[in-house]
Amino acid sequence: MVTKRKAVALISGGLDSMLAVRMVQEQGIEVEGINFYTGFCVEGHTHAIRNHDKKKKKRNNALWVAEQLGIKLHIIDVIEEYKDIVINPKHGYGAHLNPCLDCKGFMVRKAEEWRITNNFDFIITGEVVGQRPMSQTAKRMPIVMRESGAGNRLVRPLCARKLEATLPELEGWLDRSKLGEISGRSRKEQIALTRQWGIKDYAQPAGGCCFLTNQQYAAKLQDLWTSRGTREYELDDIMLLKVGRHIRPNADFKLIVCRDDGENNFATGYKNRFISLYANSHEGPLALFDGQASTENLKLAARIVARYGKGKHASVVTVQVSEPRESEGQELNVTPLDTTEMPREWIL
Amino acid sequence: MAHYEYDLRGMICPMPVIRTQDRIAELLDGDALEVLCSDPGALHDIPAWCRIHGHSVTNAVHEPEGLIRIQVLVHKP
Repeated sequence: MVTKRKAVALISGGLDSMLAVRMVQEQGIEVEGINFYTGFCVEGHTHAIRNHDKKKKKRNNALWVAEQLGIKLHIIDVIEEYKDIVINPKHGYGAHLNPCLDCKGFMVRKAEEWRITNNFDFIITGEVVGQRPMSQTAKRMPIVMRESGAGNRLVRPLCARKLEATLPELEGWLDRSKLGEISGRSRKEQIALTRQWGIKDYAQPAGGCCFLTNQQYAAKLQDLWTSRGTREYELDDIMLLKVGRHIRPNADFKLIVCRDDGENNFATGYKNRFISLYANSHEGPLALFDGQASTENLKLAARIVARYGKGKHASVVTVQVSEPRESEGQELNVTPLDTTEMPREWIL
Repeated sequence: MAHYEYDLRGMICPMPVIRTQDRIAELLDGDALEVLCSDPGALHDIPAWCRIHGHSVTNAVHEPEGLIRIQVLVHKP
């Protein structure tokens, strides 16, 4: 009897990992998916926090992809372990705070641990040689094989014929001639495969699947580290960086000003941790205050909050300032900050 | 055939799915798990996770105050 070989696939929710799985399924391989949650993942639901994104499909793309492929998906919380990758990347950062090479090595190492525990034969990813400058180059892809411990049990089906043969190919579990030889950033060959396999719907995340590749997000994270004097962080810290305008008038404090009702609702959940401000004489946003709450700083924060509400042209706006976990608080009557009083550099 | 409740309010997706997945790993065939959530994304994600793992969602409701209740019947070989 022929042993049915089993592969575990890293599923991001994007097209490439979807196609990679489909390519090995075509060869009779049984596949299960694994998806790692780092806290920095760009999730459909994160977008859905904001009102203008409400039309976006409320789905977890990795789960959706798994369902389309008919495979099980295991979602693994790696938030704690991943901190060391973000804080101390051995191979450094990409254009922003994205530790892509270390990240890929970490994820493949975790997948290798899962593979051994669950008695699977090999690992597959949707990587394409030449597609990403930091982690997916012919020179760097072997680093991931070596440092993850997966060695030649790591298969990149979409570009396998551009790379050295792996164990599954050498053992005949996979027919190398039926694997891909895609390279580069063009999506032409991937689109051709979607047509061949009748795949009509797939996620196309703009800017990738990780917030650390986003310039604005990275600037906010860097500010968090600088202001605290440490690069340690908690999940709530990095979630809040995805929400609102982050305004830092001085080294003492930062204000997170929500941009719509969706963000107001989300930030309400953090009122037990931060001082919160909102205008109660005019309609306006909820804001969270992070820093040293001196009388001067709170007054400046209140003027900023007033500036983003319907009372921005009023001579006086009453702003409610509440301590964490308090529904009532003090009222400050302030003049909304004028645009000329708010330098561009304050906005992170 | 026990019935369990799991309060995941305050978490945003995918954490409710991850916690549900990990809790179900500890349960037996025929057990029922009622999950309480606040993130509307859970209404899509937990049933999707259950479908691909062969568990049944027997009820999923979004109550007016925002509370989401999802009842899962665990199936294991």
